Amino acid sequence: MPRLLRELWRRPAGLVGSVVVVVLLVTAAVALFWTPQNPFTANPSIAWQGPSFAHLFGTDAIGSDIFSYLMAGSKTTVVVAALSALVAGLIGIALTALGSLTSHWVREPVAVLIDILIAFPILLIAMLLSAVFGGSLTVVIVSVGIGFGVNLARVARGEVRGVLGTDYVLAARASGAGPWRILIRHVLPNVAPVFIVQLSLAAAVAILAEAGLSFLGYGAPSSTASWGRLLSSLQRYITVHPWSVLWPGLTITITVLGLNLLGDALREATDPRLKESRGEKTRRAEWRRDRRRARAEVVR
Amino acid sequence: MTLTVTDLTIDIDGRTVVDRLSFTVADGARFGIIGESGSGKSLTALAVLGLLPDAATASGSIRLTVDGGVEIELLGLPDRELAHIRGSAIGMVFQEPRTALNPLRRVGRQIGEPLRIHDGLSKHEANARAIELAHEVLLPDPERLLRRYPHELSGGQRQRVAIAMAIACSPSLLIADEPTTALDVTIQAEILELFDELVDTTGASLIFVTHDLAVLAEVATDVVVLSHGRAVESGPVAEVMRAPQHPVTRSLIAAARATSWSPGASR
Amino acid sequence: MIRFIITRLLLLVLGLFVASALIFFTLRVLPGDVAQVIGGTQATPAQIEAIRRSLGLDRNVFLQYADWVGGLLRFNLGDSLVTGTPVATEISEKLSVTLPLALLSLVVGLLIGIPLGVVSAIRHAKASGAVIAISAQALAAVPAVWAGVLLISLFGLALRWLPTQGFPLDGWDEPGRAIRSLILPALTIGVIEGAVLLRFTRSAALEAIGQDYVRTAAAIGLTKTRALITHGLPNVMLSVISSLGLQIAGLIVGAVIVEQLFQLPGLGRMLVSDVGNRDLPKVQGDIFTLTAIVLLVGFAVDIAHRLIDPRQRTEGSS
Repeated sequence: MPRLLRELWRRPAGLVGSVVVVVLLVTAAVALFWTPQNPFTANPSIAWQGPSFAHLFGTDAIGSDIFSYLMAGSKTTVVVAALSALVAGLIGIALTALGSLTSHWVREPVAVLIDILIAFPILLIAMLLSAVFGGSLTVVIVSVGIGFGVNLARVARGEVRGVLGTDYVLAARASGAGPWRILIRHVLPNVAPVFIVQLSLAAAVAILAEAGLSFLGYGAPSSTASWGRLLSSLQRYITVHPWSVLWPGLTITITVLGLNLLGDALREATDPRLKESRGEKTRRAEWRRDRRRARAEVVR
Repeated sequence: MTLTVTDLTIDIDGRTVVDRLSFTVADGARFGIIGESGSGKSLTALAVLGLLPDAATASGSIRLTVDGGVEIELLGLPDRELAHIRGSAIGMVFQEPRTALNPLRRVGRQIGEPLRIHDGLSKHEANARAIELAHEVLLPDPERLLRRYPHELSGGQRQRVAIAMAIACSPSLLIADEPTTALDVTIQAEILELFDELVDTTGASLIFVTHDLAVLAEVATDVVVLSHGRAVESGPVAEVMRAPQHPVTRSLIAAARATSWSPGASR
Repeated sequence: MIRFIITRLLLLVLGLFVASALIFFTLRVLPGDVAQVIGGTQATPAQIEAIRRSLGLDRNVFLQYADWVGGLLRFNLGDSLVTGTPVATEISEKLSVTLPLALLSLVVGLLIGIPLGVVSAIRHAKASGAVIAISAQALAAVPAVWAGVLLISLFGLALRWLPTQGFPLDGWDEPGRAIRSLILPALTIGVIEGAVLLRFTRSAALEAIGQDYVRTAAAIGLTKTRALITHGLPNVMLSVISSLGLQIAGLIVGAVIVEQLFQLPGLGRMLVSDVGNRDLPKVQGDIFTLTAIVLLVGFAVDIAHRLIDPRQRTEGSS
């Protein structure tokens, strides 16, 4: 774990991404107790003010402080991002587990099912669920979880197939190890790096999904502060007040960018190390083979 | 045509992988470069044609002297000018035939490509010449085979295609970087024979890079032994084999002997 | 080859069936009662029962599904609960806006993503390459709503070059005006999709740069750049084509948002209001149509990839 962190922070992308995530978490934590102003107060007399000391990002159509609203919204962002990643991870693991079972009759249909489910974009899943349950943050989280979880399983499929073909697994199976044992001891440790990378991407996708769905009216309810809602409400006034929409837009973009950079850096930090050790193993194995061969020739 | 390498030094990421290497390949000579993995032999070969990886920097001198006395300094030459020399004056064959050919193009077209680049041949003329070249490298049934894609050919056949591409414009220098290492033992002998014949008939010079002394002895007359980027021994192959001075040379001979080869069987 | 097409076709049909089942049965999990919602709070139980019967909701769920699928095969998607008009008619009207929008966005994305992706790969060690890569990263992180708003502010309001809302009433009878209405929306989706495509093309091109056959091409007399472009690029394009199937999903999502933002009478915008109205038959039809488009494009892409790549065309090799 510490080695991973070191590898991660060696890269500028990893550093920036980590900083963004930490700032987000700290902001959300602080917002639990305090924001500069009450984000929900309506004070039409000070509507549409520009940035000032009291209102760092100015005020919106009903006079609420934009900065405070964004701070409050960060709580929503953290919850949505974290839970979406969690759900996606669980669904991904479940599908991966099914896909790594020994029975051919289970594996193939699961693979086909995954390929079909991929065709459902997250937004369509959300629309489907909203038609049933009405729009809500839960719908957003579940939609991203399903959509991304299926994607996760697909991405991990190659890795799973590779692991199932290794000598380790064949030997384990020959000595009677059941599918659960193989899953936990061989498959999961090998797909873990892929999963970790994808989870930070899942968080990024969740934030964008919330923004889009809140804009369409199916995301956060009006009683909950959310970045997507602010973007959506301010967007209506761009003909008269084009600058205010900058703040939620930038906040979302920077956060998503940070998470994407983190995902990229994680991918690099986990990949080359695997490749290196694999390369060393094969080189050592080859050398051993050559010496054995040379010895055999001499004997002959 | 002579190639004179003087104090060639190659650095990658701060590490020196070839250290002040000097050797001369005379006109019509068969020059071997031998060493273990990591000795810098492949990089030396790549440096001649300016095909070193981006991360590598090279210094020193690689001078090509063509008939008529014209001298060209290859190291540091702009890529556009090196491209004129690559494939026409100097041809190269690489180690891994499985990945050396473009998987999306038919092999006949790939053999004809150097002819179209350097000699300006039309598609039709290049096709015809490609069939002749296929005969020269002993590819069976060229008319049919040249219409195939690389993945439809065996490793040995693909290597012959690569050789045909390298000799297409009758280069004065042929560089071969471990061309038989990735092939079956039985095919290895055939390919070596092919090199032997081609160099004999065309009178071109040959630089042959390998880690296997038995292979080198089949094709080369002179050799330089590399270890960790430095030349540790050099001279005519027969002499070096008979009286090795350096421990690396001795271990290479021992390794070759283990595959039942004897020093007397060299050129 | 034929065997592959047939197998893939069967998979497509299977996919359409599974998708239709998922959509249909998910919508039937309603905790509420559609008939109640339609009847309103004043309706008597008898009236609600009548509504339920007229909608066929009292019959067995599986029979209802069979009915719907039977209709699907005849391109009959039922009637809207709200307006009574045939769903299929409404969808095909809206598609005349959404499909061109998606196509235009795809073109924009390809024009931006592929050339810049290749350039940033060739120049990956230089500053210009890094700048392009980082910009793409940043662009891919922009929410579509904000991107649209920025473009509206710049080209629609500040410069007044392009319309910012709506689609001409006569539709495609006046193609010039119709296309002008689609430019900003297509740019919005296209720029973001282009950023995603750029990153993908860049990594494919970086892989191509390291390939042995590109080095061979240089060894026979091409400059390194020409070797990469003539021999490396076609292989890059092959991987890009296979990623197009996934891109289409992003285009549809973009279309839904952008149609709402720019008030375009497309399928995406209709879906959003249908969900709001709980108009089940329409929601079913809308989502199924969009999913079917994704599945169809995926099918086409798979076939195209198979046709182009000679490694997969011949059965077996020596």
